[in-house]
Amino acid sequence: MSRKFTPKVVTASDLLDGDTIWLTADGGWTRDMCDAELLEDEERANERLALAESQALRIVGPYLANAQAGENGPEPTHFRETFRTRGPSNYAHGKQVEA
Amino acid sequence: MYSYNDFDKSFIKARTAQFRAQVERRIDGSLTEEEFRPLRLMNGLYLQLHAYMLRVAVPYGTLNSTQMRQLAYIADRWDKGYGHFTTRQNIQYNWPKLPDVPDILDALAEVEMHANQTSGNTIRNVTADHFAGAAADEIEDPRPYAELIRQWSTDHPEFQFLGRKFKIAVSGSPHDRAVVKAHDIGLRMVKNDSGEAGFEVIVGGGLGRTPMEGKVIRAFLPKSDLLPYLESVVSVYNLLGRRDNKYKARIKITVHENGLDTYRDLVEQEFALRRPLFEGVDQDLLADIQKAFAAPYFTTAPKAAFEKAYAKDPVFRSFVDTNTAEHRNPDYTILTVSLKKPGATPGDASSDQMRLLADLAEEFAHDELRVSHEQNIVFPHLHKAHLPEVFARLRAADLATANVGLITDIIACPGMDYCTLATARSIPIAQDIATRFEELKLEHEIGELKIKISGCINACGHHHVGHIGILGLDRAGVENYQITLGGDGTETFAIGERAGPGFSDTEIVPAIERLVQGYLELRESDDETFLQAYRRLGADPFKAALYPDAAQKGRKHAA
Repeated sequence: MSRKFTPKVVTASDLLDGDTIWLTADGGWTRDMCDAELLEDEERANERLALAESQALRIVGPYLANAQAGENGPEPTHFRETFRTRGPSNYAHGKQVEA
Repeated sequence: MYSYNDFDKSFIKARTAQFRAQVERRIDGSLTEEEFRPLRLMNGLYLQLHAYMLRVAVPYGTLNSTQMRQLAYIADRWDKGYGHFTTRQNIQYNWPKLPDVPDILDALAEVEMHANQTSGNTIRNVTADHFAGAAADEIEDPRPYAELIRQWSTDHPEFQFLGRKFKIAVSGSPHDRAVVKAHDIGLRMVKNDSGEAGFEVIVGGGLGRTPMEGKVIRAFLPKSDLLPYLESVVSVYNLLGRRDNKYKARIKITVHENGLDTYRDLVEQEFALRRPLFEGVDQDLLADIQKAFAAPYFTTAPKAAFEKAYAKDPVFRSFVDTNTAEHRNPDYTILTVSLKKPGATPGDASSDQMRLLADLAEEFAHDELRVSHEQNIVFPHLHKAHLPEVFARLRAADLATANVGLITDIIACPGMDYCTLATARSIPIAQDIATRFEELKLEHEIGELKIKISGCINACGHHHVGHIGILGLDRAGVENYQITLGGDGTETFAIGERAGPGFSDTEIVPAIERLVQGYLELRESDDETFLQAYRRLGADPFKAALYPDAAQKGRKHAA
């Protein structure tokens, strides 16, 4: 039996400013992880990653990151991905102030 | 200081124009990321966790006030008003936007700076002793040789696609302030039996995943043979080095796997072929470069005000005692400005601070500044008469922290606050340790103690050569910090030894405190430094201080 699939989101960096972005259900990109599409099925996840990879004009380095369903939408499960939703801890820079 | 000639100027101009076109083609879709990535890396542009990062070379750590002001201008105009000085004497901007980068490179070119070869598998920015040209113990200023190496290695056609990155450091003193033994090639100036100066050539040093102390491949290299010999060392590596496994691709592995003697023989064979091809052009070039690095005209000035302030003001005295070093001219001093105010981000300077440093350099310090690998800024030539005023103005800008070489003068890489490679954060750990020891008011009593923190195994924070090293790792999805003990980056080089199990982010500061408290109890006298005590006693008593529960259990078992 195959292992249970851990839910994912497709994430990448914006080509122009390098900001962290996530793929939404309508195939667009959001700067707020809550609005990302939570992928609970492996086949769907791979399809969405392939879609992201075809958008090289807008984005850089797409990958699947583990996530879980939260009250307001997908949430990160690993601290690295949590930092990506916020910005650095030494200054109030990045998403934590721009959101 | 070296000033660009027409060739340098047109080269840099052509290079930035080329990159501008590459960026345009990436944005309009003519280049894929796969095609663009090596091009941006050759120009120092990374994509990090939250944004792009531009790494600008400060060749051998030397810059003048005009250049420092331009760095401040770039920070304000295209970034977030600050820059991060690194352990490789570079400056990094953490928030540039891709379409702006060509303009930033043009702004750098205006002041004879660039970001060439600050990334990629090439010969990187050449680093040097940050006290070069000023230190009392120096044989010769190493910077003309470093500049010669910069020119030789820039766009060197044979070495643009090496198996891996390649770092060279140069020291003009027997006392090593440039960590030459942790570089792919380290050059340390020494004198031979007949009193001539030359280079001790060290190869295969490095930190990272497999830390290794560099080995002496040539005990004495005449200065005039420098380029053909370096070219031979790199050329042998280029052919012999492994390309099948990234983690075994650095020259340290090549030398280790083939043996130093074999490597040396191959280099000597290559050297015999290459040396005749250098027909003295390099020596003519060197002679020109050396003129540019002539010492400044050292002035005389009355020192009464300095002496009075030193005698009367304990805060000034502590600053002078802690942050200055002996200059070769006894009326002068070398002043290190600490970018490590407890609680601040190690190595960061705001644009206002950069402008102040530029102003002070211009007014008082022969227009020279240095970036040290310890992430501080140095005025290499400062007449002691100016110290009181310089101190007062630094203090007003929050730049007069008297902690150089002390426990709060911590090296830390950007870690997971910025870096995609990081496995844990470094900056908050440095901030917390420094803040804690500042509260304890113990740092001057503790004396010389170097803490170095890396947020991953690649060791940009030099943790292996910290007296206390801290390595941040990801252990099952939680940040975890491993401690190494007894490292040393100087001529008495040593790789630190792992102390034992790691600590969580909340445990690490108390652990460091126990360790330092243990040292204070173990030392023979107030003068015995942490490293000296460690060398005298070995790791065990320090581990006992770090892991009191384990030590207690051990005692029970013994009983």
